Amino acid sequence: MIYDFLNDLTGSPFIAGTITALLPLFAFILPFALFAVLLERKVAGHMQDRLGPMRVGYHGILQTVADIIKLIQKEDIIARNNDKLLFNIAPVLTFAGSYAAFAAIPFSSVFLGANIDLGIFYIIAVTGLVVAGILMAGWASNNKYSLLGAMRSAAQIISYEIPTILVVLSVVMLTGTMSLYDLSESQSSYFWNWYLLGGPEFEIQKFLLIPFMLIGFLIIYISTLAEVNRTPFDIPEAESELVSGYHTEYSGMKFAMFFLAEYANMFAVSAILVALFLGGYQSPFGYLGNLLNINWLIPLEQFFWFTFKGIFFVFVQMWLRWTLPRLRVDQLMAASWKYLIPIAFFNLLIIGIISIL
Amino acid sequence: MRAYFNNIFTALITIFVGMKVTLRHLFTPSVTIQYPDVKLPLPERERNRLYVNMDDCIGCDQCARACPVNCIEIETVKSLPGEDLGKTSNGKKKALWVTKFTIDFAKCCYCQLCVFPCPTECIYMTDVYEFSEYDRNNLIYDFATLTPQERQEKIENFRKFSEEKEKQKAKTDKSE
Repeated sequence: MIYDFLNDLTGSPFIAGTITALLPLFAFILPFALFAVLLERKVAGHMQDRLGPMRVGYHGILQTVADIIKLIQKEDIIARNNDKLLFNIAPVLTFAGSYAAFAAIPFSSVFLGANIDLGIFYIIAVTGLVVAGILMAGWASNNKYSLLGAMRSAAQIISYEIPTILVVLSVVMLTGTMSLYDLSESQSSYFWNWYLLGGPEFEIQKFLLIPFMLIGFLIIYISTLAEVNRTPFDIPEAESELVSGYHTEYSGMKFAMFFLAEYANMFAVSAILVALFLGGYQSPFGYLGNLLNINWLIPLEQFFWFTFKGIFFVFVQMWLRWTLPRLRVDQLMAASWKYLIPIAFFNLLIIGIISIL
Repeated sequence: MRAYFNNIFTALITIFVGMKVTLRHLFTPSVTIQYPDVKLPLPERERNRLYVNMDDCIGCDQCARACPVNCIEIETVKSLPGEDLGKTSNGKKKALWVTKFTIDFAKCCYCQLCVFPCPTECIYMTDVYEFSEYDRNNLIYDFATLTPQERQEKIENFRKFSEEKEKQKAKTDKSE
């Protein structure tokens, strides 16, 4: 683990801890957000037969850098009747919630903030902070639309957490571990060992599990999509009805923090999906490092595969955004309570029965 | 119950159909152009900003009279007998100094009515359509080629000339 390595290197737990804590932010989230915002705009452009940003740098690759510079320069506007304390805490809390999830996400077998035994449980619990941040932002803005957006967001995240947890539970039940590191390790080597394809044990159960794992995967994909407030579940932001929901009143860097939290969340849920169902950081075709006998290459390959899979699912989220229109509030609730939750529940029961066979 | 499973099935199928459509569009070439760098060809008879070729203008004021919104203003001064103003490209002799020829493009409605009456075809439409300004007064284009001093001079010359003529006329009247 990276913490132990740094602890040995520097001899100080404090320095090692600080570096380990900051590493995901600077080594991953910031570059990822820069990349993802550009990817989003490019994907949006090309799906609508446009080109997207083209001015800054070659084919607009520096567009997000320019945007960040613009956001830093912007005035930080706080309206007179805002609740100043909550207004200032909200973006930090929202970002902290989504950033804390990265502590337990295994990027590779050595790049893992903290190997917590309750990894997935911790992530689900800590992302609940995002709801508090969003509600705070909506309330403190003293704006009808912001509050409506925040309330919708809270309702949505809470109702969609249930199918997410039920699917996570079915995987946890099958494997008997909540640690994302152990989950990733158990799906080692080739892609037929992924839990999406029934897990690593080659028995009759594996083939019985495949359809239910696919159903579970679809459910968790849909419900995590709703949890990060992306289209078709973006009614908390809903540009055309609520201006932009809970971050209407924010400007400058505080707005940027919400934005960063959104993109960090997009990757975090994709990472959970990847770790649970798609082998985590494991390569689907074996390692080049094993083939060439270069040991230090393996963690790099693992990091590549993890980010590749994660960014692929982020791309699918964007793809869905430009495909599907926004749901109505009642449709949103119906989709969760009438469809996803019962199916996830039966799926959980069936996977449970298969696993004790 | 049947409707319930049907709903799920149609929802999934339609999502995948929609995703197929958007994926196809991801790889189709874009229909937009990079505007300031690339411009679409204009139609053959497009009507944009007017231009006046002052070498050919004889100051006949016909364009100003044809204009439905009165955006063209022309003032002319007669030339003195000894002055030679040259000829236009189609052989007409110029007889007037054009001391003012302004077109206010804020008023212009691009109807092209001024173009047809021109006897020397010196006023015509160009293909320039990007001439926005921050100040409306900057849209008043002055086409007269004489410098302000020259204009003043021409006006003054003509005034002196006509005064002298008046005097002479008065003299001859007296002598009679």
